[in-house]
Amino acid sequence: MAASGGATASEGTPRRDFLNLVTASFAAVGVGAVAWPFIASMQPARDVLALASTDVDLAPIAAGQAITVMWRGKPIFVRSRTPQEIEAARAAPLSELKDPATDQSRIQRDPWLIVIGICTHLGCVPLGQKPTDPRGDYGGWFCPCHGSHYDTSGRIRKGPAPLNLAVPPYAFTSDTKIRIG
Amino acid sequence: MSIGLHNSDIPNPVLRWIDQRMPVFTMMQKEYGSFPTPRNFNYFWNFGALAMVNLVIMIATGVFLAMHYTPHTSMAFDSVERIMRDVNYGWLLRYVHANGASMFFIVVYVHIWRGMYYGSYKAPRELLWMLGVVIFLLMMATAFMGYVLPWGQMSFWGATVITNLFSAFPVVGEWIVQLLWGGFSVDNPTLNRFFALHYLLPFVIVGVVFLHVVALHITGSNNPLGIEPKGPQDTLPFHPYYTAKDSFGLVIYFIVFAVLVFFAPNYLGHPDNYIPANPLVTPAHIVPEWYFLPFYAILRAVPDKLGGVLLMFGSIAVLFVLPWLDGSPVRSMRFRPIARIAFLLWTVAFFVLLYCGGKPAEEPYVTISRIAAAYYFAYFLVILPLLARLEKPLPLPESIARAVLGGGPLPGGAAAKPMEKA
Ligand code: HEM
Ligand code: FES
Repeated sequence: MAASGGATASEGTPRRDFLNLVTASFAAVGVGAVAWPFIASMQPARDVLALASTDVDLAPIAAGQAITVMWRGKPIFVRSRTPQEIEAARAAPLSELKDPATDQSRIQRDPWLIVIGICTHLGCVPLGQKPTDPRGDYGGWFCPCHGSHYDTSGRIRKGPAPLNLAVPPYAFTSDTKIRIG
Repeated sequence: MSIGLHNSDIPNPVLRWIDQRMPVFTMMQKEYGSFPTPRNFNYFWNFGALAMVNLVIMIATGVFLAMHYTPHTSMAFDSVERIMRDVNYGWLLRYVHANGASMFFIVVYVHIWRGMYYGSYKAPRELLWMLGVVIFLLMMATAFMGYVLPWGQMSFWGATVITNLFSAFPVVGEWIVQLLWGGFSVDNPTLNRFFALHYLLPFVIVGVVFLHVVALHITGSNNPLGIEPKGPQDTLPFHPYYTAKDSFGLVIYFIVFAVLVFFAPNYLGHPDNYIPANPLVTPAHIVPEWYFLPFYAILRAVPDKLGGVLLMFGSIAVLFVLPWLDGSPVRSMRFRPIARIAFLLWTVAFFVLLYCGGKPAEEPYVTISRIAAAYYFAYFLVILPLLARLEKPLPLPESIARAVLGGGPLPGGAAAKPMEKA
């Protein structure tokens, strides 16, 4: 639209160019300003954000057991690890890890490991929550989609996933309760 | 027609490569760049472009509203409130959509008025005009069904009253009403289909607008003098002259729109629509949206169910045959001293109907509506056909260029010549 509109006199040309540029810039700013509310409206609404925390009672979970809770529509793995599992996690040398992180950096209080149960490869939910599930070569979780193995700290050890299972933000609200989010 | 690459003169090589295979750039250049446009447009000629922009705004805001809206009787109202309170900028999307419907009707009413004042409906633009009336009908259907979606009291009772109009028709009436409802009253099936159709019809409008523009670009635009351009001296290329003029009008339009949205977003709405629909209680005073009021007044002016409905539909149907009711070869009312006054009175009648339609169905409004409705129809069915024979038009200018660049009508000569076949 803003193509030069037939200025014949040569001194008129720079002024015409200037006007075209100013017009086009204003149009671009205007379009951006208008587009923003549309794009923003697709982001989570306030009621969605308000549902963004989940309380979990840890008391009923026995050692070696795991439960899955929902937080922001995602599965959260809450696992009460046995001393052997904790030891296995801490014994693994960092140099062997694809996404190096110590076990201590991934937990707040023993024996609790709390991670987002979504494979960092392409988003499947790994197996290993139920006692009958396969837990992979490292005793943590096994993602059946493309074969990623996670250890007892939820760290990626083998397979295509690039990162460890993420740790969600959470806090202990009492000795046996946590709030995720 | 020859087959093979289009002979393109687009300078940019990439665009030319596309243009040779699919000459859309040549087409845009021809239809919106160099398109010869009468040089004497006034601001009334902005309103077609404004309507186009308005349609785009309605579709854009509508699609984004639909991402958050739930077409179910138990959730629709709350989902709209959620849009207002929780969705980011949801209030803006909704207020732009709701007030956009009002702006759309303002723009289209001015656009239609322009066509009637300057005789744009006359040959050779009859089909162009009729396509316009089709767009107007589709807009009314779309806006009506949109107003049902928030499922407030006015939504529900508006839907009940308007769908019941069809029950006035003998034999098929009840059947049609049930078909519209998908049940035995306005209820969830009705809301569901209204949402589907409300989503669909705007795209049908886009299609008819396209045909409207195709027809326009065959006959070319009319102009305030109502005479055809006779050569290049009478026209200007659309770009930059009318792109610039349209842009200026667009800025004014956006200012008015913004004032409505940001300072009076509920001014044109009805507070009862913020009460959830209740099938057991009718609000004391139900009125349609302002843009339907003239037709609503005609409906209520007739003390007979079928008669009122027929007259209401007739008030729009008559527009379809307007090109044949007005046989005068002179288009612009500028040169029709009597028809001009008759048409301005028609405009007054339209506003009187609009006013009365919003008032309760009691005296004096009923009598006033009757007089105004009678004049509304008399203008089309009696006055225009008679004036086509009886009125002596003023002399037409010899050409657009002569009229706007000085000179005016040739003294004596033009008036003595037989009336120009405009
Ligand atoms: C010809 C263009 C259109 C017109 C004249 C129109 C008109 C309306 C009107 C009058 C309302 C009621 C506003 C209110 O009081 O809240 C409405 C609501 C709605 N419209 Fe449209 N609309 C158009 C296009 C669209 C399109 C293309 C969509 C896309 C799906 C859409 C989706 C909606 C939705 C979801 C609502 C309910 C939310 C609300 O009430 O604000 N509309 N429309
Ligand atoms: S998604 Fe888990 S391995 Fe691919």
